[in-house]
Amino acid sequence: MTMKIGVLLSRVRVEEKWLFEALENRGLAYDRLDDREVKFDLADPGPWQQYSVVLERSISYGRGLYACQVLNTWGIPTVNTAAVAATCGDKLVTSAALQAAGVPQPNVRVAFTPESALEAIEEMGYPVVLKPVIGSWGRLVARANDREAAEAILEHREALGNYQHQVYYIQEYVHKPNSRDIRAFVVGDETIAAIYRTSPHWITNTARGGVGTNCPVTPELNAICLAAAKAVGGGVLAIDMLETADRGFLINEVNHTMEFHSSVPATGIDIAGEVIDYVVEVGKKHDEDGSIQNYKLPVTSAAGAAQ
Amino acid sequence: MRGPLCFPMEETMSALCPECEANLSLNDVMRGEIVVCPDCGVDLEVTSIEPAVALALAPQEAEDWGE
Repeated sequence: MTMKIGVLLSRVRVEEKWLFEALENRGLAYDRLDDREVKFDLADPGPWQQYSVVLERSISYGRGLYACQVLNTWGIPTVNTAAVAATCGDKLVTSAALQAAGVPQPNVRVAFTPESALEAIEEMGYPVVLKPVIGSWGRLVARANDREAAEAILEHREALGNYQHQVYYIQEYVHKPNSRDIRAFVVGDETIAAIYRTSPHWITNTARGGVGTNCPVTPELNAICLAAAKAVGGGVLAIDMLETADRGFLINEVNHTMEFHSSVPATGIDIAGEVIDYVVEVGKKHDEDGSIQNYKLPVTSAAGAAQ
Repeated sequence: MRGPLCFPMEETMSALCPECEANLSLNDVMRGEIVVCPDCGVDLEVTSIEPAVALALAPQEAEDWGE
């Protein structure tokens, strides 16, 4: 059977253009699947069984997660799996997975009311970082340097509609001596590239103006990246980490639908090509024995889902 | 020219911004790509390229968007 790959997406960014190019360069058959147009009849996987594997590139966490859930339930593999998306899309679930695997990360505390959150913050000591459990691109990530700032952030969070804003994820603020953090790209069992993200602002996301430069993949960096990737279920992942003088690397976040437009020119690595080669491996394995790599049912629900 | 928002792509690869009617020159765009209107700054989605380039206002960023 000739392999056909589905690419689930919301919009065509530079990354998707590079992925299409990599697919075409390899002579692979693929369909673009717009997440605004797809429909699933849970009792009828037929139309989807033409795909050996689906590469999930939705810009919407919820759409990507639930699409993968349906596809995985039918036995159609996705990169990444629904379970990995559920873990990486929620910062608390990510931290729990890292903790369970013994992977170093900044200290994290969790509380469910502004009062208990303030107590947890004061116990941790300022400054702290408050992050929504769901979200990306540094959105609504806030640093509180003192009690007044913490109270203001907590009050604002109480006013936000989604119940997940009242899950208070409190992270130790880790000073960045070089005004930078590291983003590394794991594909399967290899750290293929890494960049420093440097910014005068304490939020270093390239979506927020951080500048990427090449970071050597040392054995130490590779080891912690693979440990973090394994902890969340593995696949194609972008690992964000902080450098410390006394605790080595600390894993900050793990992203499951990674952007890499600033990393390719910085590293010279064909990240899209590496991703497609991995997707093909997953598809081949499925075509050979029907397996779905690392599939297990997600442990959490997604953005805005009613309980 | 065939309409207010669409031009045959092989001739001009240009289209009008549906927000401010600026004339955008577009090179090598794909369906689903986001372009920014240089005049009004709005995000526009390329909704088709054949038989002509068509643009629509891009969806607003949602709370669960990201990577």
